[in-house]
Amino acid sequence: MKRIVIIDYGLGNLRSVQKGLEHAGASPVISGDPEEILAADGVILPGVGAFVDAMKCLLPLKETVYEYAKSGKPMLGICLGQQLMMSTSEEGQLTGGLDLIPGKVIRFPKSELKVPHIGWNNINITQDHPLFKGIPDRAFVYFVHSYYVDTSPEHTLAACEYGLEFAASVVNSEGNVLGTQFHPEKSGDVGLQILENFVGMC
Amino acid sequence: MLTKRIIPCLDVTLDKAGGSVVKGVEFVDLKEAGDPVELAKFYNEEGADELVFLDITASAHGRGTMIDVIERTADEVFIPLTVGGGIGSIDAIRQILRAGADKVSVNTSAVKNPEFIKESSEIFGAQCIVTAIDCRRNTDVKNNPDKTILELEDGTPAWYEVVIYGGREGTEIDAVQWAKQAEKLGSGEILLTSMDRDGTYAGYDLPITRKLSEELDVPIIASGGVGNPRHIYEGFTEGKADAALAASIFHFREHSIGEVKDYLKERNVPVRL
Repeated sequence: MKRIVIIDYGLGNLRSVQKGLEHAGASPVISGDPEEILAADGVILPGVGAFVDAMKCLLPLKETVYEYAKSGKPMLGICLGQQLMMSTSEEGQLTGGLDLIPGKVIRFPKSELKVPHIGWNNINITQDHPLFKGIPDRAFVYFVHSYYVDTSPEHTLAACEYGLEFAASVVNSEGNVLGTQFHPEKSGDVGLQILENFVGMC
Repeated sequence: MLTKRIIPCLDVTLDKAGGSVVKGVEFVDLKEAGDPVELAKFYNEEGADELVFLDITASAHGRGTMIDVIERTADEVFIPLTVGGGIGSIDAIRQILRAGADKVSVNTSAVKNPEFIKESSEIFGAQCIVTAIDCRRNTDVKNNPDKTILELEDGTPAWYEVVIYGGREGTEIDAVQWAKQAEKLGSGEILLTSMDRDGTYAGYDLPITRKLSEELDVPIIASGGVGNPRHIYEGFTEGKADAALAASIFHFREHSIGEVKDYLKERNVPVRL
């Protein structure tokens, strides 16, 4: 059974990610131990809350995350986890991210649209990738965020429209570091399929 | 396109044996009619976009069984779950989120101590904190010049007073001003319940729903009074709400979630089908 580590660096609902991965046939553990992370077949970088605080909490594990990413094994950042993988974020003051994928994290501009962007929106799958195997184009997934990722088309796996087009899913140049802005563990059957696809890559 | 959300609300209480049970459910087609976890699974399969559990016992024993209900639900249902009812401490929020809920709704405790919203939002993120506002119409506008005066359906001027302890106590607080303050303090969403409409099947209170939707940047969940799919449609169009919460019409199987979504789709309201 695939051993997946959900990186534990603070708060939030990690249980749903864990249960979603179990549903997908993996054996997930929640851990902040560098050795466990490096030995994993796959790693999930979750995240809720503020970017600056999350980067601070993640600091002791930063080198571990880099070493793991370099190994070529798959890693999936979810929601704030995806944002942390980018180069910079303008949440709070301009803060450096993990820079595993080039791109910026920007706040939705003021408009008649509500912020946070909360609810089910459809995604436009822009690249063929195992993570989205069997997922129909325009599938609905669940989002909750006030900041979005702006990156190049080559690093975008799926896009979403909310006043503007943003990266709903991202990938690094090597193809092993992945992110979703939406919550697959809260996106019903579509989300469970994406988690299963991730486990399949591990 | 972002869709409008349909959210069934489950009032969870304790049965005689001390187990958890959902109040006001008359399902004949479920083995365990009042079991919150079975109901959550049922609504998920029917196409609910989120679920709300309201702990109406507000007791220590109730909280304990609620944690168990959240855990068992989160283990099987993979859509967003909000939990509310008597939440008044950071520790309670942490327990509920750890059990597998995605958001908590705070009500009376936030009215009594608005800083509670700020504190919890800073720790858990604004997306976790829903401020639930229960309100009641008050047509005494003459003696309340500092309140936000709205026009009711028949043209009568009125303001909306925040009520607490499940509607048992008035506060003299203006609901529009309180909602704005809650947003500023870090609430990610507002759950607005009209106590005048709750349980009446007369439809949402549209004037206040519309006012909050227009004045606030965060999403508004309309609640209280749904009797048919048309009421939900009006909540989205005239009330401009982002999400619609309902209980009885789903619990009594008067309308299924699928029926409501079909009704909305036919009238060009974006829904997830």
